[in-house]
Amino acid sequence: MNQSRNRLVFLALILLGIGFVALVRSTVNEYILSIINFVGIYIILAVSLNITNGFTGLFSLGHPGFMAIGGYVTAILTFPVSRKSMFLELPQWLANLEMPFFPASIIGGVCAAMMALVVGLPVLRLRGHYLAVATLGFLIIVQVLITNWDSVTRGPLGLNGLPAITNLWYVYPWVVVTVYVAWKIKFSSYGRSMLSIREDDMAAQCLGVNLFRTRVAALVIGAFFAGIAGGLWAHLVTAITPTSFSLILAFYIVVMVVVGGAGSISGAFIAAIIFSVLTEIFRPLEENLDVYGIGEIFTAAILILILIYRPQGLFGSREPGFLLTRDTQ
Amino acid sequence: MSGEYIAQQIVNGLILGSMYALVAIGFSMIYGIIRLINFAHGDVVMIGAFLTLGLLQVAGAPFLIVALVVLIASAIVGILIEKGAFRPMRGAPQVTGFIASLAVSIMLQNLGILVLTAQPRNFTFPDYLQKVINMGGVSFRAVDLVIMLSALTLMCALILLVNKTKLGMAMRATAENIDVARLMGININRTIMATFAMGSALAGIAGLMWGGKFGQIDPLLGFVPGLKSFVAAVIGGVGSIPGAILGGYVLGLSEVLFVGLLPPIYSAFRDAFVFSTLILILLIMPNGILGKPMEEGT
Repeated sequence: MNQSRNRLVFLALILLGIGFVALVRSTVNEYILSIINFVGIYIILAVSLNITNGFTGLFSLGHPGFMAIGGYVTAILTFPVSRKSMFLELPQWLANLEMPFFPASIIGGVCAAMMALVVGLPVLRLRGHYLAVATLGFLIIVQVLITNWDSVTRGPLGLNGLPAITNLWYVYPWVVVTVYVAWKIKFSSYGRSMLSIREDDMAAQCLGVNLFRTRVAALVIGAFFAGIAGGLWAHLVTAITPTSFSLILAFYIVVMVVVGGAGSISGAFIAAIIFSVLTEIFRPLEENLDVYGIGEIFTAAILILILIYRPQGLFGSREPGFLLTRDTQ
Repeated sequence: MSGEYIAQQIVNGLILGSMYALVAIGFSMIYGIIRLINFAHGDVVMIGAFLTLGLLQVAGAPFLIVALVVLIASAIVGILIEKGAFRPMRGAPQVTGFIASLAVSIMLQNLGILVLTAQPRNFTFPDYLQKVINMGGVSFRAVDLVIMLSALTLMCALILLVNKTKLGMAMRATAENIDVARLMGININRTIMATFAMGSALAGIAGLMWGGKFGQIDPLLGFVPGLKSFVAAVIGGVGSIPGAILGGYVLGLSEVLFVGLLPPIYSAFRDAFVFSTLILILLIMPNGILGKPMEEGT
């Protein structure tokens, strides 16, 4: 009974979403449409970081690094062969390869996840803010490597003229998949072990939770979706440069998770919408009034206020009641 | 590769290391006392640099007075940051403070962009500080000498202050155990404030030096040196002042030697080198060279 109600609610939400996508695609103009795409990508980023950061309490600033890996891999795989030879010096098999977008973005996500595994194995022995600093180091290392690997990434110039493939029919299903996976994890025994690590890792270990494996899994799953988001992002903007994936982006995603409530999928979802719409509102304001930076100042101020007055965020670790059944409450 | 070339690189490394050390001291003191990795510390460097620019070039004040004003003003900036952002969340988990400091840092950088624009500005010290001194094949400017000597002086003064005065004793006691220190009648708020003030004063002076050394400043200049100084503090052992000084010089020297001695193709990777070092040190010897064993973070 409960199970079927739960499925019905989800189905209704998904259908509502499809209706929404169809509606906006036929009514609003290109500019608004691209903003909605960005909002979707930010939702993927925030919800996936929430698996790493919110559920398991691994404070990672490396999310844009994984996004960059996914973005570059996808971009190189979908780049038309004719232009590839003009810009890049790739190994033969890669130079003659031109893939459809969907498999390319999956490969991008898998590469990001594998990188998370390689980085996570040593780094996840660190805790708390030391882990945060180490992942920040990872982000900077990724940026430096991309900037200097001219033959594959064109260095600081970045790759431009990518095919503009990303549209809402790509972004929306990935939003659904991300939320679904996060939801399934949260209300499974696996998710409970993640939450228990966040609350008290010593106690979790005593109860038989494999700390290290669970932490690595949380990082890898988060990184996979970050890689997907990177691919979507690259083919929405149609250009990709090393500076696109900076600390300020990491900051924005972290803000979304913290403000929404670490551990709350709905919270991250809503905060992602609020903050990406806010930045879009601030952008014309900054350009017209010549007050560059006001958006960041505003966001930072909100974050500090939330941390002082409501450190658990808007939702805490909870989800709104109408989405829950008795067995998930 | 001649001996002179290597000597020159070592001198350059010492100059860079002096600045890292000054900033790293503040990082280390603040971490030592409230277990906070203060990201915004690097931006105090930026504020110091712009204060110097304003006072020296726009107002035309004499150099020594500029240095004194920068010292005091940066201390006040540190106190304001502590009061505004960190005091209200004292007692929260460590990561909360870390996120807040990231927010403060981004706020300061963008305030800088808002007020001063992102355009880099040129920075010139008075002529007598620009004079080139040549000593046995190693050449440097007078300003470099001033940087090294004043950094050393400030560090000695700070060590004396921490080890010989009552305030220093309070600081050490608070770093040891904040609750017991409070029971002993130490005014915790004032002690923490003093720590921020001292650390930020040194960071502000490092900003003055940064401008004099590199000749160009912009509102984002504090970020990377701030991070690297944190790396320096970790190398030396977070929480230890001598460790921070040692770490600063070790990092400055190894960064300059990395760029100077390896083929030029590698020099673009210097930041990657610094942060790989950081991750390695955190993994292999998390207590640094001179640090005490650190407690489990939460």
